Amino acid sequence: MPQDFSLKHTPLYSIHVELGAKIVPFAGWNMPIQYAGLMQEHLAVRKSCGIFDVSHMGEVEVTGKDAEAFLQNLIPNDVTRLQDESVLYSPMCYENGGVVDDLLVYRIAQDRYMLCINASNTDKDFEWIVQNSKAFDVEVVNVSDRTAQLAIQGPNAEALIQKLTDVSLKDIEYYHFKIGNVDQVECIISRTGYTGEDGFELYFDAQKAEGMFRKVMEAGKEFDVQPIGLGARDTLRLEVAYPLYGNELNAESNPLEAGLGWTIKLNKGNFIGKDSLASSKEKGLKKKLVGIKLKERGVPRSHYTITKDGDKVGEVTSGTFSPSLEVGIALALVDKEHSTQGDTLNVEIRKQSVPAEVVKLPFVPRSVKK
Amino acid sequence: MSVPENLLYTKEHEWLRVEGDVGVVGITDFAQEQLGDVVFVELPAADSKLTQGGSFGVVESVKTVSDLYSPVNGSVMEVNSGLDAAPEQVNTDPYGEGWIVKIKIDDPDSLKQLLSPEQYNELLKEE
Repeated sequence: MPQDFSLKHTPLYSIHVELGAKIVPFAGWNMPIQYAGLMQEHLAVRKSCGIFDVSHMGEVEVTGKDAEAFLQNLIPNDVTRLQDESVLYSPMCYENGGVVDDLLVYRIAQDRYMLCINASNTDKDFEWIVQNSKAFDVEVVNVSDRTAQLAIQGPNAEALIQKLTDVSLKDIEYYHFKIGNVDQVECIISRTGYTGEDGFELYFDAQKAEGMFRKVMEAGKEFDVQPIGLGARDTLRLEVAYPLYGNELNAESNPLEAGLGWTIKLNKGNFIGKDSLASSKEKGLKKKLVGIKLKERGVPRSHYTITKDGDKVGEVTSGTFSPSLEVGIALALVDKEHSTQGDTLNVEIRKQSVPAEVVKLPFVPRSVKK
Repeated sequence: MSVPENLLYTKEHEWLRVEGDVGVVGITDFAQEQLGDVVFVELPAADSKLTQGGSFGVVESVKTVSDLYSPVNGSVMEVNSGLDAAPEQVNTDPYGEGWIVKIKIDDPDSLKQLLSPEQYNELLKEE
């Protein structure tokens, strides 16, 4: 298939081609959607481990004496709870409570942070962050282009990366990181991920990306490592009910309804979007993000209508066939009165109403290190 | 990408094998590769009438859903019920075990609308 050269390439593009990946346009990038096959890749991450090129993700450095106060105002989660070498997940909201993006905050020092943001939102986010930084003594730098990111995920990930570093990985807790060398390249070694498995995300100099990828593949032979495309990345995250910007979250969504209530700290002091979110909570939320599992054969997809007795009560935000459960699963935003576990709803799939049960999330238990 | 010489093709990537007045239909190797892991094939009812270019079913893969288009006018004689239990045969053996329907061809003239293997290969070069 002819490639669209207006799209950006990660520093690992030629390796993906060499490995026979199927390349598709994603968020302005030419990205590998699969190598050996989505299903096989998905199950390999659950069983052994996989390596993902996620260098398309954006990174923004925030430094300066007001860095903590600035971030505390920028996002709803509580940045002051972070210590050095720890990580915080948060949405970033507009004044009306809608979501600009969801992101990870890395505290390197009290006056030095790194944000990891979605590829599709990098330019928009950077503009938003800079625009809101005027009143603070901070420097905001978009370092996305010079930063590579690899995710190594799965039960064998720690043993694999430990072969390549002197940093004691067992001492890095979930949502914590250390800065140290992996194969002689300085990395942020972060115990985070988007698969529900234990594993690491490495951030480092983009010029070292090819060498690092090959080294991890080579060292990982004994751990059955294999490259994983964005296709399996999406089914893995959906099975463990992690939200995806553009699906569960967008400029119109209410993060309280989208299951992110735990990240919205209305008691922490002022932040962008606080008034709107507080008032929507006070008025009572109308919708809820739930998990649904099809009772019959079929595959729910985003934007499919959810009905109850013929009336529309919601919409699928993300759906797939679950490789682990071998059944159709979806996250769906539904009217609150139809969000009780055990309720039966219908997913409108083409001309059929397929019955589905509201189930507990996540669909598949998370195996992250606690 | 395998494009067998003994078949006819549609622009939508179905293949047709003519056996007298019966046509066996499936999706091509290119199509199955584009779709990725097939998890479900929605098959038409026996005896349903098919029109050339009309949709008669869907193939669901993990990532996407794709309509099936009939290569000819005719009626469904048999569906591959083996795909219910093993839809992955569409991936592993698209021209064999992964066949989808057998059609009683009403109007042999409609075969002239289909692509030869050479023409289909040309089409793939443009994809």
